[in-house]
Amino acid sequence: MFNRYRKLWFALGAFMILSPLGLLATGTAFGEWGVDQLVDEVGFIPTGLQKMADIWSHAPLADYAIAGFDRSFLQASLGYILSAVVGVALVAGLMLLLTKMVKD
Amino acid sequence: MHIPDGYLSPQTAAPLLALMVPVWGAAVKKVKEKVKKKHVPILAIGAAFSFTIMMFNLPIPGGSSAHAVGAVLMAILLGPWAACLGVSTALIIQALIFGDGGILAIGANCFNMAFVMPMVGYFVYKLVKGNAAAGSRCGLAAAALAGYVGLNMAALCTALEFGSQYHLFQTADGTPLYFMYPIKVALAAMMSEHLLLAGPVEALVTALGIGFVQANYPELLAEHDQAGSTFELEVPQNV
Repeated sequence: MFNRYRKLWFALGAFMILSPLGLLATGTAFGEWGVDQLVDEVGFIPTGLQKMADIWSHAPLADYAIAGFDRSFLQASLGYILSAVVGVALVAGLMLLLTKMVKD
Repeated sequence: MHIPDGYLSPQTAAPLLALMVPVWGAAVKKVKEKVKKKHVPILAIGAAFSFTIMMFNLPIPGGSSAHAVGAVLMAILLGPWAACLGVSTALIIQALIFGDGGILAIGANCFNMAFVMPMVGYFVYKLVKGNAAAGSRCGLAAAALAGYVGLNMAALCTALEFGSQYHLFQTADGTPLYFMYPIKVALAAMMSEHLLLAGPVEALVTALGIGFVQANYPELLAEHDQAGSTFELEVPQNV
């Protein structure tokens, strides 16, 4: 599993380590403003949006960051890389479960 | 392109989620039939790569940002149904663990980035590549174009889902209830960002990814070239 595609795993690892480059773009994507940003960005908070905005508040690494550990670019970078490690482990782990389902 | 909760009405988000359930069923069935055990690690790496590349926010002049998705790269390597499953998994983990994209909006986000994008991208790839070899100049150009068109189709769907809310769901005095700009504003913003910046980056990621796999694992793409119809777009029977 690892040895056969070693170069692909290494490439993936390189992207994970470089991921904090994505933090340099500080702007929020169009249509992804948080409720706290809406007044500044849009001028008001639509009532339907406000009701539904927080139906999921249990994300343990919200915004790819460790809560309270984002005071410097270094801290944010470490949180971002940790997020990449956790995300990749979960996503790759789930996909590898398919090994048991597919044919040789 | 990750729609948060609240930007789409429940009347929009729920049907898209319901639509994705049989799509995921079809994807699992197709992957079980067509993907070989030795290729599952590529599926895992591809899905993890998609997760990671979406973290590379690209700055958009004017204070916005966008990103590539990697769905078409996966579609070319393992077929569009495998890409659907892999990118859906990445999007669901992003919503649950990282709060990126809404929970009720998972259906919409998977429809845009994990269904429309790999299907359209794969179709464009097959159409443009024709009988050329995957690693040839023509094959790489086809991969780049497929990535570009696939990402922009996903952006188009996102813009239509956003913008339609403004026209369909308002309070009695005309205040929007959910997404707050008209459809032409959503189209102008989403499409300019993705046509001009994120699209070219997706094209580059797709072509370089195929080039990297071709250079290191030439047997993989050669197998797919020979298999030809193995990864066709048709929906599996008896879902």
